[in-house]
Amino acid sequence: MKKRLLALLLLTGLLSAALTGCGGGSTEQASGDGQTANGSAGARAQTNEIVVGIAQDLDESLDPHKAVAAGTKEVMFNVFEGLVKPTPDGDLIPAVASGYTVSPDQTVYTFTLREGVLFHNGDPVEMEDVVYSIERCADDSEGTPLIPALSAISDIQSDETTLTITLAQPDSEFLSYLTLAVLPADYDGQDTAPVGTGPFKFVSRAAQDSIVLERFADYWGTPAELDKVTFRIIENADSLVMSLQSGAIDLFSHLTTTQAAQLGDDFQILEGTMNLVQALYLNNAVEPFSNEKVRQALCYAVDKQQIIDLAFDGYGSPIGSSMYPAFQKYFVEDLTDYYPYDPERAMELLAEAGYPDGFTMTITVPSNYQPHIDTAQVLVEQLKAVGITAEIQLVEWGTWLDETYTNRQFQSTVVGVDASNMTARALLERFTSTAGDNFINYSDSDYDALFAQVQTAADDDARTELYKEMERNLTEHAANVYIQDLADLVALRTGLEGLRFYPIYVLDLSTVRYAQ
Amino acid sequence: MLLVTMVIVSLLAFAAFDLISGSPAEIMLGTQATEERVAELEAELGLDRPFPVRYLSWLAGFFTGDLGTSYSYHQPVWELIAPKVGITLCLSLLSFLLIAAVSIPLGLWAARRSGGPLDAAGTVLNQLCMAVPPFFTGVLLSWVFSITLHVFVHGQFPDMGSDPGGALGYLFFAAVAIAIPRIAMTVRMLRSTIQAEMRRDYVRTAISRGNDRAGVLRRHVLRNALVPVVTFLAQTMAEIVAASIVVEQVFAIPGLGRLLVSSISNRDYPVVQAIVVILAFWVVLAGTAADLINQRIDPRLRLGGAS
Repeated sequence: MKKRLLALLLLTGLLSAALTGCGGGSTEQASGDGQTANGSAGARAQTNEIVVGIAQDLDESLDPHKAVAAGTKEVMFNVFEGLVKPTPDGDLIPAVASGYTVSPDQTVYTFTLREGVLFHNGDPVEMEDVVYSIERCADDSEGTPLIPALSAISDIQSDETTLTITLAQPDSEFLSYLTLAVLPADYDGQDTAPVGTGPFKFVSRAAQDSIVLERFADYWGTPAELDKVTFRIIENADSLVMSLQSGAIDLFSHLTTTQAAQLGDDFQILEGTMNLVQALYLNNAVEPFSNEKVRQALCYAVDKQQIIDLAFDGYGSPIGSSMYPAFQKYFVEDLTDYYPYDPERAMELLAEAGYPDGFTMTITVPSNYQPHIDTAQVLVEQLKAVGITAEIQLVEWGTWLDETYTNRQFQSTVVGVDASNMTARALLERFTSTAGDNFINYSDSDYDALFAQVQTAADDDARTELYKEMERNLTEHAANVYIQDLADLVALRTGLEGLRFYPIYVLDLSTVRYAQ
Repeated sequence: MLLVTMVIVSLLAFAAFDLISGSPAEIMLGTQATEERVAELEAELGLDRPFPVRYLSWLAGFFTGDLGTSYSYHQPVWELIAPKVGITLCLSLLSFLLIAAVSIPLGLWAARRSGGPLDAAGTVLNQLCMAVPPFFTGVLLSWVFSITLHVFVHGQFPDMGSDPGGALGYLFFAAVAIAIPRIAMTVRMLRSTIQAEMRRDYVRTAISRGNDRAGVLRRHVLRNALVPVVTFLAQTMAEIVAASIVVEQVFAIPGLGRLLVSSISNRDYPVVQAIVVILAFWVVLAGTAADLINQRIDPRLRLGGAS
């Protein structure tokens, strides 16, 4: 008995010893070393660094070819570059390549490697690194390649400075896939200690705590303005607002309107767009949404502007098809009002479809996305007005991915679908009847035919027209009830400037600086 | 005993994950998941093996000190959680000490002053404290001490290694948020057990023999009244750990709680298993410690006591 007692006491003692300085901590008072709100933010201005709040951790592989979460790509955009990279205007400009030419028939792409580009580990970027990076994403030996569109490559030729890529068939969007990160060929630590060529280099990641980036001094282009950026993970909404007010963080994007309203003069609120297609996605394969008239009735029953006004304080851009306004080239404006708000027309259509008294439906919403939950709540009220009883079912993100997205076991769901790269294809290919990610089971032979034509279109104009036709097809058949592209509100501490918005989901910090 | 409890806890945690929907592979692939990619990744992670095999291989790893690799972070689990174990244990220990240090004197005081208008006011205050959830107190404390008084910088947790004082100061406020409702409960409990004890015959005898009330209270009553309180305090350890998960989020403290929550939604089994086992160990340890303390207070509780 005594021995057991002794052992346990020892164990307890050991534990307390492990908790450095924890013993007798009950009387410990806050140090109060005079760090005021302006003090800690001011100290960062002196050392030319900022702290950026992010709501979700980068809790996956940091290898840019393997990472899937939008939040990870958003942050790591600062660390990696491809042969070309996107600009805030939506163009592609040479990055690791110094220039490129495209053959008139759009099948041969020739790149010149930029001289003097260094990886963050100090090694120069050589042609073998570029070829390795492209081949890694195109490799289909283990099933689907990392970037499926790269399977169009029929040949890669290279010497020390020139890279020639030949495609089996023309693809004017091919260039956008070459934003894929150029990585060092013989380095296997990308998962946890990524190395790229971007304006910032990766320093460290502490799970559910922070990610640290530092300016890459040997960057080939205009170097980053800031010396150091710390991303701090703050999931709790109350904590986030207080962290901004207490001076702990300087920048936060994707604020809600309520949060933005709580911030005082210490912050400027900038408005961009989220670049996603928020809709009430309908499972076209299940009753009653297999009936086009029912889907159209829903479109007439939903007042987009009211959703934006009620749930988003008026911030947001209404849309009418699977395309958002920032994609100016492909956005078809008149589709937005294709189904004006008309509850009577909706009830007529429901009666024609055989549901004169409406029906009951379930809206599945991932519980971690408040904007979608808010939207669904307004939708429920609007649908009630035409006799449809909608019920919101909140599910965990994991369950949503499993049951709704992968297994397509749902009636309707409110989410935002984004584009993985700057092409119309990234948004529209998924609704072809055989696409693996066609989670709404949209099936229309005209749509499939249009997409087949896109593949062989002679030039970019013809292609753009075809994409617009595809968008029109989705709208006319009421594939989904399209709602809006959400507004992206960013809080930036007063005294900081230079933040630029992109038409894709990235946060470019290289131009952010302290105003002098 | 400890070991058996741990093994059972880990088995339950493991089984719970088998029952809920959502596969780690699907979550890792996100919206890029296709059936064949999911199958590939599951094979790579060893998730295609039957449940008993997976559990036993985890258990074998655990006893050889290998907690596995996080699916999400691609890092060894221990490397991932090591810096957080100290933070969470410190927070729960701090909360516990706070509860013990405040509630015992306060309970004694309340028991002696029972009856007056002050006591009535105290009872109301007590009820109020019991009712406020820690996250609310947390927001309130942050508002007052960080935003208004600038005593600490909310959202900027100091590094444990380089600034332990600052880190403890930060944790102190979180500990207060956790402790308040539990202090209220303990005070109430101590007050009623002391009052019940004061009515016992031995107390009357002691007082009638000329001892003063305060002395009797200190020397005899408190000892007897403390036994159920210590047991209760040990049980609150489990609640403290649960509350710290919430409070860590409110104060943006990078402890185990936040990692646990995110690992559960990511289905990052190796991390969840490790954290669950550590927290269970901590709670069981508190229970054992309470037994020992009670045996010190009340020798009758010692089984086959040697001393």
